[in-house]
Amino acid sequence: MKRVVITGAGTINPLGQSVAATLHAMQEGHCGIGPLDFRDVDRLSTKIGGQIQDFEPEAVFNRQQLSLYDRFTQFTLLAAKEALLQSGLVFAGELAAKSGVVLGTAGGGVSTWDDNYRAVYEDGKNRVHPFVVPKLMNNAAASHISMEYNLKGPSFTVSTACASSNHAMAQAFEIVRSGMSPVMVTGGAESMLCFGGVKAWEGLRVMSRDACRPFSATRNGMVQGEGAAVFVFEEYDHAKARGAEMLAEVIGYAMSSDAADIVMPSKQGAARAISGALENAKLNPEDVGYINAHGTGTTANDKTECAAVAHVFGQHADQVMISSTKSMHGHLIGGTGAVELLACIMAVRDGIIAPTIGYEEPDPECALDVVPNVAREVRVDVALSNAFAFGGLNAVLALKRAS
Amino acid sequence: MDVEAKVIEIIAEQAVLDVSDVSLESTLDSLGIDSLGLVESIFAIEEAFDINIPFNANDPTESDFDISSVAAIVRGIEKLVAEKA
Repeated sequence: MKRVVITGAGTINPLGQSVAATLHAMQEGHCGIGPLDFRDVDRLSTKIGGQIQDFEPEAVFNRQQLSLYDRFTQFTLLAAKEALLQSGLVFAGELAAKSGVVLGTAGGGVSTWDDNYRAVYEDGKNRVHPFVVPKLMNNAAASHISMEYNLKGPSFTVSTACASSNHAMAQAFEIVRSGMSPVMVTGGAESMLCFGGVKAWEGLRVMSRDACRPFSATRNGMVQGEGAAVFVFEEYDHAKARGAEMLAEVIGYAMSSDAADIVMPSKQGAARAISGALENAKLNPEDVGYINAHGTGTTANDKTECAAVAHVFGQHADQVMISSTKSMHGHLIGGTGAVELLACIMAVRDGIIAPTIGYEEPDPECALDVVPNVAREVRVDVALSNAFAFGGLNAVLALKRAS
Repeated sequence: MDVEAKVIEIIAEQAVLDVSDVSLESTLDSLGIDSLGLVESIFAIEEAFDINIPFNANDPTESDFDISSVAAIVRGIEKLVAEKA
């Protein structure tokens, strides 16, 4: 089996429009959640979200590109540009033929659906733009990355709701670890912050109207975010031979299905994914210093996740730090695992643990070290990243300091 | 519209029971309505009466809306309907 390292990272999310800006915001415990600003927001009962501000697509993409790029594709391409620039890779010949891109998204081009349904149903139009389908399809972002960077190997998009990015990165990792491809571009994106996207979520009655406060006894629901993060997963010897900077090493993962309920989380399913990732990465519980929690801020997720972590880690559960950065950037749904992997890289590379902000009051059902409100400097060798999706589909990744 | 009769009809449909099996004293739990069923019932009631019910599934017991029994739900709806008028 090959070793797999991360040699590039890029992002745009409510905390920043680069990795450096995002990690700085996480260290400072900034909150990227605020009032939503889009058409018909007054008809929503949920009026807050992690919306990306100061982003003008027209300043970045030309008219022809904009006719093909939904907002989630725009985010993905911007994140990919940063990641690939950092990696220093140029794809040609056999490297291009073997390298590919695996991305996660739950909804794909949600605002394209929304805009065009509005045009035909509300405005009564009988004609839509010719590129509606290639713009809204879930694999649009992966395809545009492959075209932009000449990636001709295995490429596809994974959709497992809130675990999409983790499932995608697990696949990319496996493809490189198995020796199938020397390089895989991976991560995920989501852009559901439009009227229809938020209205659909509102229906479930799990959204907070004021803040995302994971693990706090005062938590009252999740807050949506938007954005993307993209990484370059590279075979270790390939990266070493060209002297590439290694941000972290990916050492294992596991996936599980609750096979139980379409929305309620399961302690057993989550625990099997966490313990499976430890086994896959050949780790003991004591090796893990930090867990980036799924930590949505709903009553059900947070207590179930804490119970699962306590079950898997036993005595060590009190020593491991676990934080939810969703408190800062919101829940990026299919893109969330990708943005959260940045917090894991910061933990193992820089020894900085991102906090759970908005934490007000301990909940006896979430009695772990949730790194409340303030970032911490602690040397950590190994970090896990949890993602537990609606539909009971779970994926956990394990990261180690590059060496 | 008779609030009590309509609410019982909606809850009975959600519980897959006959309306005669749903009494004012019934709790949603005793009728076998789970958290998803509750969210669906509230949606159906909102649609039927054109009202907004203050309910957050994260904390059903502490929402402003009492769901401890069918009678409590009926009282809550009557109040919301009256406020609307």
